[in-house]
Formats: sequence, C-alpha cells, structure tokens
Amino acid sequence: MADVPPGILVTEGLSKSFGGLRAVRDVTLTLNAQELHAVIGPNGAGKTTFVNLLTGELAPTSGRLYLEGRDITGTRPWEMPRLGVSRSFQRTNILKTLSVLENVRLAVQAVKLPVRKILSAPHTKASLVEAARRALGRVGLSAHEKTVSGVLSHGAQRQLEIAMALASEPKALLLDEPLAGMGPEESERMVVLLQSLAREHAVLLIEHDMDFVFKVADRMTVLVEGAVLTTGKPSEVRANRAVQTAYLGSPA
Amino acid sequence: MIDTHRMLPQSWRGWAALAAGTAMLAALPFVATPYYVGLLTTAMIGAMLALGVHLLVGATGLVSLGHGAFYGLAAYVVYLISPEGTALPIWQTLPAAMAVAGLAALLIGSLALRTRGFFFLMVTLAFGQMIFFVFHDTKLGGGTDGAYLAKPLIAAFGLELSPASFPRARRGWPVYYVALVQLVAIYLVLAFLLRSMLGRVLEGIKVNEQRMQAIGFNTYRYKLAAFAIAGMIAGAAGHMWSLHTGFVNPELVGWQKSAEALLIILLGGIGSLAGAIVGAFAFYGLSEVAQLITERKLLVDGFAILVVVILLRDGLTGIRLPRWRRRAAAPEAGVHG
Repeated sequence: MADVPPGILVTEGLSKSFGGLRAVRDVTLTLNAQELHAVIGPNGAGKTTFVNLLTGELAPTSGRLYLEGRDITGTRPWEMPRLGVSRSFQRTNILKTLSVLENVRLAVQAVKLPVRKILSAPHTKASLVEAARRALGRVGLSAHEKTVSGVLSHGAQRQLEIAMALASEPKALLLDEPLAGMGPEESERMVVLLQSLAREHAVLLIEHDMDFVFKVADRMTVLVEGAVLTTGKPSEVRANRAVQTAYLGSPA
Repeated sequence: MIDTHRMLPQSWRGWAALAAGTAMLAALPFVATPYYVGLLTTAMIGAMLALGVHLLVGATGLVSLGHGAFYGLAAYVVYLISPEGTALPIWQTLPAAMAVAGLAALLIGSLALRTRGFFFLMVTLAFGQMIFFVFHDTKLGGGTDGAYLAKPLIAAFGLELSPASFPRARRGWPVYYVALVQLVAIYLVLAFLLRSMLGRVLEGIKVNEQRMQAIGFNTYRYKLAAFAIAGMIAGAAGHMWSLHTGFVNPELVGWQKSAEALLIILLGGIGSLAGAIVGAFAFYGLSEVAQLITERKLLVDGFAILVVVILLRDGLTGIRLPRWRRRAAAPEAGVHG
C-alpha cells in the first residue's frame, strides 16, 4: 500500500481478457485532481472496456484499481458513486419515461439518502431536489426540468447524461464519448462545459474526436489494441511518431 | 415540482372515484342477495392478490408466476396452525400467514432474481409448482382432496364478530366487510409505498435497470424487497380466502392462480394500481355472465379479455371521458405538466 502512486484514480497493470481476446492489456494510468485526462485510440482499442473496468461493470482479469490510495478493485458498480466515481455512457442511457428532474434526483437519492429514509415522500426531502437542480444548472438544462427526458433532443440527452453523473458530486468523473452524435454547435457548448468541470473534478474523457481532445485535454493516454502506446501532454502526443502511425498508417 | 407516481390517481377526481367505489361496495350487501355477497367477496380476494402482483408487474416491471403459490401457502398455514377443529383469532392467523408467505417469497425471490426476463418468469413458475406439489403429493394438507379448516375468528380485543350470530341471509356479511377493509388497507399501503422514494426507485428499475445500478442503486435488493412485499400481500389474500371458504385444496397453490392475477391486471390496466381492483371485478363478473349464457365459459372469458387487451391498451382503467382527455392533452404537447 505504501508505494501506491498519488492521484485520485489510479490503475496498476489493469487487464481484461474475453476468452482469447485481450481487450485491455496491462494499463497503468493515473488520473490527477483537477485534470482532464483523455483516453483516445482507434475503434476497438478497448476504451469502453477500460471504463467498464473502472466502474466495476467488468471485473479485471488482473491488475488493481485505487481511489485516493485505497484499493477498490472488485467494487460493484452500484457502490462506485457513493465512493466518488461516477460515469456517463457512450450510448445515451437515461430513464426515458421520467422527467429530466427525476432522472437527476434519483442519481442524488442513490448517494445521499440513507436507506432507512427510503419510505419518505420525494417532495419532503428538498435537499435532494436542490442538489439535482444544481447539477441541471451546471449542464444548462434548468429550463427543461419538467420535460419527459425521452423527448429531449439528442444533444440535451447527452447533457442530461452528464448531469446524472455530476449529481453525486464525484471525485472522479468518467465520460464515455460525451460528443457522440452531437452537432458542431452542441459540441462547442460541451467544450466549455468540460473545461469548467475539470476545474472541480478529476475528469477522465474517452473520446474519438481528435480536434476536440486536443482542445480540452490536460494530459492524454493513447490506447492501441488494449495497451498504452503513450501518455503525455497533447503537444507531446501530437509529435509522437508511433501515434501518427497508429492513426494514419505508417508513413510512405 | 415532483410528479405523482403514475400508477396513483393524478388528481382529486381519481381519489373521489375510489372513495365512491368503496362506498358502493360498503352499501352493496344491503341490496345484493347472499350469493352475490359471496361472489363479491371472492372478487375482492382476487383483487388483493392482483394488487400484490401489481407491485411487481406495474411498478417494478417484473412478471412473476410464483405469487399464486404464496397465496395458497398462506391459506394452508391457517389450516396447519389451527389445532384440529379449533378456530384461532384472526389477529394470530393473519400475521402468521403473511409472515410465512413473505419468508417463502424472500427465499424464492433471492434465487429467482438472479435471473432476468423470460428466465425469471420460468424460475418463479418452477418454484411455485414445487410448493404446489408439496401440498398435492403429500398428506401435509389433506393431499389432492384438500381439507376443511376452522375459519379464523373475526375477533380482537375480546370482541368477537361471529357470522353464526347473524340471520341466515346475512351470514356472509362479517367476512365481506373484513375483506373490504383489508382490500382498502392493501391499496393504501401500496399507494404509500409507491409515492415514497422506494416507489421511485422501483419505477427507475422498471424503466432502465442498468442505469439505476450505474447511479448507485443495488437494484437486486430493491427488487427482492418488492418481491417479498408482494408475497406478504398475496399471503394476506390467501388468508382471506381461508376465512371466506373454510377450505383449502392444492388448486389454490397452482400456477393458474398466478396467471389469473396477471390476467386481472391486464384487464384492469397495467398503468394503474386501481386496475388490479377494477380488473378483478370485471374478471369475476365476466365469468359469472359467461356461465349464464354458455357452458363454454372459458371461451367467452378468453375472447372478452382478448378484445379488451386489443382495443384498450391501458385496460379498463385507461378509459377516459373524451371531454376530459381533450382538456388534459391540450397544453404543451409532449411536456409533462
């Protein structure tokens, strides 16, 4: 335990195999406080599998996971938000028939309401509603709190995804391709949002869109075929020949 | 603002309709013949079982074929704990029946809820049938013939309400009113659970269980709680059946009872808690009418249910007066008011 490296969320030699397929290989990564750390890589590089290892949705084949120095390997997904790790999904994954506010209020309830209070009525716990409204305010959805979430525009549903992850006031925020399917205008707003989030949380961003990543990331890790190719500042990664090869093919 | 749970009345009108229905039920014995008083009691018991199952089907999105077994088990508990021919007071038999049914549901639920969807349905069916065969194939409860039991005494605090002390035409009244009180109590308890934050979690699980896990809910525990509560309510219904008929047989434990509860919910409306009650009266009323016009009663039953399910997607409780609907739908389409 003594030699655990500092950082909010740290992985050490994290691996995951599905039968013969080694989807994530020996990934060691440190996510620091107030840092936006992007994980990029070509399709099938194991990015989403990696996030699923961090949230307990998948159990690693080998390796450890630490949160603020504490070994949390093997924690189940529903215990993660209470510990301070929350996530958004690549494919919009919201409670479609419920109102926008109720989506976020439930996310707050999950971490803030003691189980013995489970029989109280929702409107009697104003603090949960206020926390939900704060999260909606952060992502800019306050005007839509009464809307049934399933009828929101795609971009607004992506914002709601993030509000739900923010609701628990996490230490580490894991965002899996928040831009997926967004138009240019919506993306622009998302850049501003992510930059403001990174000032208060440790943000791990999984992303496909390179322009966007280079714009917002403080550090980045490149995954190729499940393994770390390189980690560094965007400028260093941009100059890295191996990365250029992985993305553009070998130079002629 | 926080919305009302969608399975509960959305305005005072709905509550007023429920109160009017209750008042009507309370008045009916004064005009109905003893036969119909008995039939209405049977329908109320069917409604209780369906209400319990509705906590799973409508509120949590779980379809169980096992709750008929908890219903029958509870009736057998009354038989098994009443020493040969002596009746026990209801305040002893009811908690015992509910506790056994609830514990059985907790045990079976803890295993069945490790599966999902179709497999969950089949596992609940299999466990229910296991309980059925215990009573069917052993002498524990009189075997296939069933057994008579001493009906629990409607007694509390030293006061006893004995049907025998009523004139012949009114012997069914005490049980009828106990059933009515119990039905109202079950509805109110479920309404309380649904409007609490537990009800919100169950609704979230129904809509998207994976997401509920990701935001921090151990959904297995919540589903198990709902499963066990539904088992206890099924137990209360089964207990009421023993009080109503004084007879138990394996048929009470069979899967048909579970299927009947599901049909009642479908008939009454899957989107409304009161659908379980409306559906039960419709179901037993339909059987009665079908019996009067033909010997092939099940054919008529099945056809009528099919028509309702096809024509009314939300069942009988989904019917709205046209004028009312227009007004409700007019402002801001797509936005929940």
